[in-house]
Amino acid sequence: MTATMLGGPATRQARPAPPEPAKSVVGQVAKALLLGLTIAIAVWAAFPLIENEIWIGLAILVVTTAALLYLYLTPRHVPLKYLAPGTILLILFQVFPVLYTASTAFTNFGDGHRGSKQEAVVAIQTASVTQVPGSQQYALTVATTGDPATGPLVFLVTDPATRQVSAGNADGLKGLPAGEVTVGSTGRITAASGYTILNAGQASRRSAEITALAVPTKGGAIRSSGLSRAYEGKAGRAFDERCDCIRDTTTGQTWTANEKVGAFVAADGDRLAQGWRVSVGLSNFTRVLTDSAIATPFLRTLVWNFAFALASTGGTFVLGLLLAMALHSPRVRGRTAYRVLLVLPYAMPSFAMLLVWRDMFNTDFGLINNLFGSDVDWFGGSASARLAVILVQLWLGYPYMFLVATGALQAIPRELSEASRIDGASAWGGFRRITLPLLMVALTPLLISSFAFNFNNFNAIYLTTEGAPFPADNPANGATDLLITYTYRIAFGGGGAQYGYAAAISIFIFLIVAVVSAISFRRTRHLEEVHA
Amino acid sequence: MTRWIQQVGWRHLVGVLVLAFAMVPIVFVFSAALNPLGTLSSSELVPTGASLANFTNLFGNTAFGRWFLNSVVIASVSSIASVFISALAAYAFSRRRFRGRRVGLLSVLLIQMFPQFLAIVAIFLIFSTVTDLWPAIGFNTSWGLILLYLGGALGVNTWLMKGFFDTLPRELDESATVDGASHAQVFFRILLPLVAPILAVTALLAFIGTINEFLIANVFLTDAGSKTLPVGLYGLVAGERNANFGMFCAGTLLTAIPTVLVFQLLQRYITDGLTAGAVKG
Repeated sequence: MTATMLGGPATRQARPAPPEPAKSVVGQVAKALLLGLTIAIAVWAAFPLIENEIWIGLAILVVTTAALLYLYLTPRHVPLKYLAPGTILLILFQVFPVLYTASTAFTNFGDGHRGSKQEAVVAIQTASVTQVPGSQQYALTVATTGDPATGPLVFLVTDPATRQVSAGNADGLKGLPAGEVTVGSTGRITAASGYTILNAGQASRRSAEITALAVPTKGGAIRSSGLSRAYEGKAGRAFDERCDCIRDTTTGQTWTANEKVGAFVAADGDRLAQGWRVSVGLSNFTRVLTDSAIATPFLRTLVWNFAFALASTGGTFVLGLLLAMALHSPRVRGRTAYRVLLVLPYAMPSFAMLLVWRDMFNTDFGLINNLFGSDVDWFGGSASARLAVILVQLWLGYPYMFLVATGALQAIPRELSEASRIDGASAWGGFRRITLPLLMVALTPLLISSFAFNFNNFNAIYLTTEGAPFPADNPANGATDLLITYTYRIAFGGGGAQYGYAAAISIFIFLIVAVVSAISFRRTRHLEEVHA
Repeated sequence: MTRWIQQVGWRHLVGVLVLAFAMVPIVFVFSAALNPLGTLSSSELVPTGASLANFTNLFGNTAFGRWFLNSVVIASVSSIASVFISALAAYAFSRRRFRGRRVGLLSVLLIQMFPQFLAIVAIFLIFSTVTDLWPAIGFNTSWGLILLYLGGALGVNTWLMKGFFDTLPRELDESATVDGASHAQVFFRILLPLVAPILAVTALLAFIGTINEFLIANVFLTDAGSKTLPVGLYGLVAGERNANFGMFCAGTLLTAIPTVLVFQLLQRYITDGLTAGAVKG
């Protein structure tokens, strides 16, 4: 029985063999219960996987569960017993999404480049469908498989000639068995099992979606014309396998598939909006560094980002420390009252207070202009907007530094500063030579993590200025934008999603923060503990 | 008198100045919450009236009660669970020597530095599949969101705790081991009670972090009944910024209550724990 002494090969000294550890009853029962719970969860999770025939997922589940059972029943691998719960969650919800995101940095994933080439071809053909003389007509009923207001739309169509009923959505058309539907006297379907029919009001509220929905068929697509009729139109553009191109059936113009950019491009450079996802190598990264339209705002944002993180961390630290020093004296009356009130900003919900600050800076009816009788457009100018967001960070962040610095001050023996005073040092000299260095030992790791947090402080900008003010020539990059808000706008903003490019920038952000933190940590004792 | 100013007076001056800075926004929120008109343009620093209309509107016209309950449940469960998971890992990193220990410690720190919410597209895709297979932990459920938050349980907090574990003398567990205690008994009976201050601090930090989390929750919870306080309150002022300001401020004050309670509950540990690990480490 070596479990209690051997954590691994690096155990430093030999110890006398301990006696067999006493097994506590509570511990054994708790262990049995937890392992039982693990099995129960695994069984519960297995059923949907079997039903949907996801065998790889099932295999992973079985292997993981078996490994966990082995790990907690064997006396060996003690460190792993303690690391496994956190590590599994870390891999599932952090490592995996992060790796997935990082891998998209090498692709053109984004709006217009979401799926495969096949899907792009279907989308192009469907979008080009028009009604031509002699188009097949259908009676249409709009239905959904979910909630009438938000559920996915389905077209239930009846062929007037054959009375064949079918259900179609963006994936295609499939026939419905006659027994499962009720067809009204006009030929429209009035009920179908598994579907909720939208009434006229519900349907007209979603008319934009209904107009946009095209059900792909062999020669074109079924689209609605109004809410009760549909037609099968002919595709104006079709994919031609011989030339690997899209051909317009009326004009004859062709767009050839270009595997490098993942789009169909015409000879004159015209590009179809619907493309597919391809690997683009390092071009997202080189674009950040070389394209001057992107590199200039990127560099400007980077500089401001550093300034913001330093000012936020440094400002809160100086204010918090000053306050802690001021109240660190038994001669100050009402210290407890001061402390309780001074940490109140920390207790207020920060997301809400950011929004309140935004409104306090409002030009027309904001509190700050009211109080000072001024008429400043705070978020209108670069300098005032930057000053404002740093001021807000100061308010939000100083209580933490105050708490931390108070604790650290109390941990420094009073004799030290008294001794320096007896030796003739001034109060300032004593602080600078004795107190501050001791404080920094304690607080540097916290300052580094505060810096890393503020470097990516999304809420601080997104909930206040949203990056404003924006220069007239570049609506995508404002004066108070941090890299992270800038990236967010690229990835999800109104200008169309560019996930691949955004992922490339987030890798840059990651590298910058990691390098800065690694260098700083190297200078603290904390890293030495790692080597021990 | 000059001596008093030099030695004590300046301390009060600094205290009062910062106090004014600290209190202005809070007093403003308080006044706006009591303001009977409930709009931003009519809100001032000094209360212009005293009415609970904003509070009754908040509970009557929105699902505030549900948001509050959801937030408290999600923040409590995920902060307690993440502190426990983190403490387990910190024990292994501090007390055990094993292959991959150093790499593990550094990668725990590094992984956190990737701006996680940029992975939101990937998280969305993952949970779309999860929602299809296991709706009980899919979108719009507290359990799914808690699991997602627990993915970040190993991180800076693990480092903080490890620093604290390092300050406890090894002789403690060695003698217990000699006396026949198993590693689990050493961890649960001896070490865990001794690191209570740092557990309290990380629990508080995790609680504040979770109850304020907006971005991921905003993507994850779209159903009105499943929203958390940040998502719900943001919805109040996203469109009707001026009109709902009073209700928003009332909600802000109520949101502060759980945090203050947790703070009070853990207060006697807080000042010790925030620095002790680092000071002695």
